[in-house]
Amino acid sequence: MITVETLKGRFNETLEGMDAGDNDHRPGESVPPLPPDPRAERSSHTEPVIETSGLRMRYGGSADVLHGVDLRVHQGEVVALLGPNGAGKTTTIEILEGFRRRSAGEVRVLGVDPDDGDEAWRARLGIVLQSWRDHGKWRVGELLDHLGRFYLPYGTPRRARPYGTGELLDLVGLTDRASAVVGTLSGGQRRRLDVAIGLVGRPDLLFLDEPTVGFDPQARREFHELVLRLSDLEDTAILLTTHDLDEADRLADRIVILAGGRIVADGSAPELAARVSGKAEVRYSRDGEHHVESVEDATGHVRKLFAEYGEAIGDLEVRRVSLEDVYMTLVREFESGRRTEAPSELTEVAR
Amino acid sequence: MSPRAVAVRAGLQRGWIEFRQSVTNGQDLWSVLFFPIIALIVMFLLRNNTVPGTGFSLGSQSIPGILGMNVVLNGMLALGLSLTMDREDGTLLRAKATPNGMVGYLTGKVLSRTGTAVVGLLVPLVPAVFLFDGLELGRVSSWLTLAWVLVLGLVALLPIGAVLGSLFNTAQSMGFVSLPTMLLIGLSGVFYPISAFPDWLQWVAQAFPLYWLALGLRSAMLPDALAAAELSESWRHLETVGVLGLWAVAGLLLAPVVLRRMARRESGSAVEGRRQKAMQRTM
Repeated sequence: MITVETLKGRFNETLEGMDAGDNDHRPGESVPPLPPDPRAERSSHTEPVIETSGLRMRYGGSADVLHGVDLRVHQGEVVALLGPNGAGKTTTIEILEGFRRRSAGEVRVLGVDPDDGDEAWRARLGIVLQSWRDHGKWRVGELLDHLGRFYLPYGTPRRARPYGTGELLDLVGLTDRASAVVGTLSGGQRRRLDVAIGLVGRPDLLFLDEPTVGFDPQARREFHELVLRLSDLEDTAILLTTHDLDEADRLADRIVILAGGRIVADGSAPELAARVSGKAEVRYSRDGEHHVESVEDATGHVRKLFAEYGEAIGDLEVRRVSLEDVYMTLVREFESGRRTEAPSELTEVAR
Repeated sequence: MSPRAVAVRAGLQRGWIEFRQSVTNGQDLWSVLFFPIIALIVMFLLRNNTVPGTGFSLGSQSIPGILGMNVVLNGMLALGLSLTMDREDGTLLRAKATPNGMVGYLTGKVLSRTGTAVVGLLVPLVPAVFLFDGLELGRVSSWLTLAWVLVLGLVALLPIGAVLGSLFNTAQSMGFVSLPTMLLIGLSGVFYPISAFPDWLQWVAQAFPLYWLALGLRSAMLPDALAAAELSESWRHLETVGVLGLWAVAGLLLAPVVLRRMARRESGSAVEGRRQKAMQRTM
C-alpha cells in the first residue's frame, strides 16, 4: 500500500537526488545561515544533514583550531573527513555531535544547532568513537537491547526505532557472540559492537571515527560492505574520519580534506585527482618490452596503442592518480603555503 | 510512555543487571565484604572488652557501626569510584550519546549501588549473629528502625558519592578520598564509643552522616539499655533524622549541578586523553 507519507518520501528522495549533484562547494564560499526550522524531522530530506558555515574554534587564549569551516553533508551521503593529526577533525566532529561548543559560525545538524540539540535530536544521531572500552562486564546482546530501549519513543513511521537486537547482531556479524561478555571480545569484534551500538537507534546521521583501526583485512572488507549497505538501504548519512586512504576511496561519495583548521579540498576522489593532476599512468608491454607513460587522455592513448600495434600490446594497466598521491600533494601544498599557521590542536592536547 | 519514563525504566533494568554482575563476580563480592570481615575478626578478638560503664561486650556494640561503615564504603565511596571509572572507560560518554541516557545511567547506578550497600550490610550480619551475643534482631521494631535509618542514610550518602565522583577526574585520584574516609570512620565511633573522645572531636564526628547512621543502626540492633553509653544517653532519633535529612537535602541540591557540569565536559577527546594518561602510568 502506498501512503501519502511514502509518496512524499519518494518525491523528496527524487529532489535529494537532483540536489546531490551540485553540492561540491569550495572552501571560501560562504553558505548563508539557515533559519531554525521547527519541522526539522520532516523537512530533513530536502535540507543538508550537516551544514556549517564559517565554523571557528578557539581554545583559551591560543590560536584558532578551526578557521571557518564550511561543510555540507546530504542525506544518504558518505563523506570522509581526512587530514593530518591536529588538523581539527576531532574538534569538528565533536562540535557536530554536540559535545563541544564552537567559538563562532553557523552549524546545523539535522536542522538543529547542536548547542541546542535536545534528546529527540540526539536520538537521530549515531556515534562511534575510537576509545570506548565501556560496559566490559555486560553481555553483547544484553547491552544492545538495553541501549535500544532509550530510542523506542523516537521511532517514526519511516524509521522504526530501535533496531532489533538480533537483526543488528546479524548486520555486524556478531550473532554467535550475542551472549559473550563484552570484555572478552577481540579488538575487531569490539569495534563491530561499537558500530552496532552506534546504529541501534537507526540514526539519520552516523559519525564514524577511524572505524577500522585494528581490523584484519577480512574484517575490514566486511565492515566496508556494511557501511555501503547502510548508506544505500537506510539512507543514513555517514561522516567518517580515517587515515586509511584506500578506505576513504572505497567508501566515500565525497572526500573533504582538512589541514590546519581549513578545508583544503572537497570533492569525489576522481574530482580531487583531476585537480591535482590531469594525468593517468599507462603501463604496458610491447613485444615483451615494458613501458610506463603519463598521459592526459588515458582512454585515447590506449585506443591509439591498440590501433598502431594491435596484438603486440600486453600487460596493459591504467592507473589514475591515487587518493594517496592527491592527499600528499594537497597537504604538502597547504603546509608550504601556510607554514605560519601551524595546526594548533596540539596545544589543546597538551593542556 | 514519555521518553523520560522509558529511560527510568531502562535505568531499572540497568540497576538490576549491574547489581547482578557485582554479586556474581568474585572480585566485586570480595571488595564488598573485605572490610567488614576484617573488622568482625578484630572485634571477635576484642569481644571480652566491655563498653565503658556497662557490662556489654564492646565487640557486639561495634557491629552496627561496622555495618554502617560498610554502607558508606559500598554506597558513597563505591558510587564515586564507579563514576570516575565510567568516565575513564567511556560508559558515561555512552550515556551522554544516548537520548535520556544520563537519566537511565544515574537511575541504574543509584539502584545497583543501593543493592550492593544493602548486601554489604545484611551479609556480614549473618556471621555476626552467631559470633556475638546481645544483638536484638528478633523484634519487628528492630527491622523497622533499621529500614528507615538505612534508607535515610543512603539518601544522604549517595549524593555525596556522586559529587566526589564528579570532582575527581581519575580513579587513581579518587583513591585519595579513601584515606580521609577511613579517618572519618575511625572518629565516627564505629569501633569505640565517641563518648570517650575529647569534646571537640565529638563535635566533628557529629557533623558527618556516618556517626548518625551508625547511631541509628545501634538503636535498631542493640538493647535499649545501651542508649546510656551514647552521648546525652539517648538514641536521639529526632536528631538523626535532622542531620541525615540536612545532608540529604544538601546533597540532592548539589549533586545535579556538579553532575551536569561534569557531564558537559565529556567528549571523545576527553576520554581519549584520560586513556593516554592511564597508558603512560602503566608503562
